Amino acid sequence: MAATGLFLCIFLLGHLAGNLQLFLTDEAGKLQFNAYALFMTTFPAVKILSYLTYFSIVFHAVDGFLLTIQNRKARPTKYAYSRPDKNTNFAARNMAVLGSLILVFIVLHMRSFWYEMHWGELGTDAAGNRDLHTLVMTSFKNWWYTLIYVISMGVLGFHLWHGFQSGFQSLGLSHPRYSPIIKKTGYAFAVLIPLLFAVIPVYIYFFG
Amino acid sequence: MNLKLKIWRQKGPKDNGKMVDYPISDISPDMSFLEMIDVLNDQLVEKGDEPVAFDHDCREGICGSCSMYINGEPHGPGRGITTCQLHMRSFNDGDTIHIEPWRAAPFPIIKDLVTDRSAFDRIIQAGGYISVNSGSPVDANAIPINKQNSDEAFDAATCIGCGACVAACKNASAMLFTSAKVSHLSLLPQGEVEAQKRVLAMVNQMDEEGFGNCTNTGACEVECPKGISLEHIARMNRQFLGAAISHSPEKGGGGGE
Ligand code: HEM
Ligand code: SF4
Ligand code: FES
Repeated sequence: MAATGLFLCIFLLGHLAGNLQLFLTDEAGKLQFNAYALFMTTFPAVKILSYLTYFSIVFHAVDGFLLTIQNRKARPTKYAYSRPDKNTNFAARNMAVLGSLILVFIVLHMRSFWYEMHWGELGTDAAGNRDLHTLVMTSFKNWWYTLIYVISMGVLGFHLWHGFQSGFQSLGLSHPRYSPIIKKTGYAFAVLIPLLFAVIPVYIYFFG
Repeated sequence: MNLKLKIWRQKGPKDNGKMVDYPISDISPDMSFLEMIDVLNDQLVEKGDEPVAFDHDCREGICGSCSMYINGEPHGPGRGITTCQLHMRSFNDGDTIHIEPWRAAPFPIIKDLVTDRSAFDRIIQAGGYISVNSGSPVDANAIPINKQNSDEAFDAATCIGCGACVAACKNASAMLFTSAKVSHLSLLPQGEVEAQKRVLAMVNQMDEEGFGNCTNTGACEVECPKGISLEHIARMNRQFLGAAISHSPEKGGGGGE
C-alpha cells in the first residue's frame, strides 16, 4: 500500500511536469507537446515506468479494497453513537471513498487521452505527430469536463493530505527530527500538486 | 445534576442487545463516572432490576479494566484518562450520555459493558516476554542503556492494556497496544536479543485474532489514557519489515553436536 502509494506520488510529479507544457496553447506549444507525447508513448525507459505505474494503480486499488473489507469485518457491530471527528481528520477517515473516486477519475481520464493517443482517430500536426494537444484544448473548453477535473484534483488533495505522511509511517520511516518535516512536506504536496494540476484546465478553459 | 443515560444492555454473548434509557437525578459533580454507575445500579437493584454489568478494579487509572465508550469516545471526553478518572463535572446538567462497550470482533461482549479482552493476553503470550533468567536484582546501572532508549521503553511500558486504542480505531486495529509491548522490550538490551522473533510472532498473533489493519488515522494516540505515541507503531513497522526480510528461525536442539 505504502510503496505503491508513494510511487504514485512520484508519478504525479512527473505527470505534472509534462502537463505544465499545456500552458503553451499556441502553435509552438502544440508542436512541443505532441513531440513530448510521442516520446512518452514510445521511449523504452518511459514505457517501463508506465507499466510500473499501471501496476501500482491496480495493486494499490485492489489492496486498498481488500484492506477496507478486512477492517470492516474487524468491527461487525457499529457503535450506536460515535464521534470520530473528536480524534481523526476527514481525510484519514475517508481514504477508501476518496481513493475510489480517484479510480473513477483515472478511468475517465485514460479513456479521454490515453486511449485516444494510442488507438483513437487523431489528426496530425505540422511535424506529422499525432495531435493530442488539440484534443486536450477542445476537451477543456467543455465546462463540465473541466469541472469534473477540478473536483477530482480536490479529492486527490484530500487523499494525499492523509496518504503522504501515512505512507512513511507504514514503512516505519519515523524519526523525531525528520517526521515533522515529512508531515509538512506532505501537506504542502497535497495542496500544491493537485492545485497546479487543476489550474491548467481552468487556464485552457478561459484563455486557451 | 440530572442526566439522561442511554446504556447498552445485553443479557449474554448471544443476546442481540439494545440501548436502554435510564434517567438519573441528584448526581454530584464530584463523583467519578463509575460512582455514578454505582448509584444507578443501587437504584436498579432496589427496583428489582438487573444492575448494569461493567468492568472495574483499581479505580485509579492503572489496571485498564474500566472500558466504556462514552458519548462516542473511549473513556469519554477528556484526554489521558480512563473511565474511573473521569468525573461528572465534565458533563452539564441535563446532558444525555451514551454508554457502550468496546466494539471489535476480537473483543466479544460477555454482558452489558463487559467484553472479553483475552485476545490481548494471547498477543502477549506470543512474544511479549524475555526468555533469559534475570536472576537476582543486579545493580541498577550495571548495564549501560542510553537515556533516550530507556525513556522510550519506559513510556511504552506504561500501556495498561485497556483496549481504548482498538475501541477508538475505525479499523479496530490493535497496533498501538502491540507496538507498545514490542517497543518496551526491544529497546532494552535484555529484550533486544529476541526482538526479531518477537515482532513476527506478536504481529502474527494480532492478525490471527482478527484485529483490523492500521491506516494511521491516529485515533488511538489521541484516546490512549497513557499517551502512547504513534512512534511505537512506526518502530514496530520498521522492525517487522526488517525481521520479515532477515529473520532466520533458530535450529532445534542446541548444545552438543
Ligand atoms: C494517483 C493516485 C494515488 C496516489 C498518489 C495515492 C497515494 C496514497 C498513499 C501515499 C497512501 C498511504 C499508504 C499507506 O499509508 O500505507 C494511500 C492509501 C490508500 N489509498 Fe491511495 N493513492 C492514489 C490512488 C488511489 C486509488 C485509485 C485508490 C482506490 C481505489 C486508493 C485507495 C487507497 C486506500 C484504500 C488507502 C488506504 C488506507 C488508508 O491510509 O486509509 N488510492 N494512497
Ligand atoms: S496503547 Fe494506550 S489505549 Fe492501547 S491498550 Fe495500551 S494504554 Fe490502552
Ligand atoms: S478501574 Fe482500573 S483503570 Fe479504571
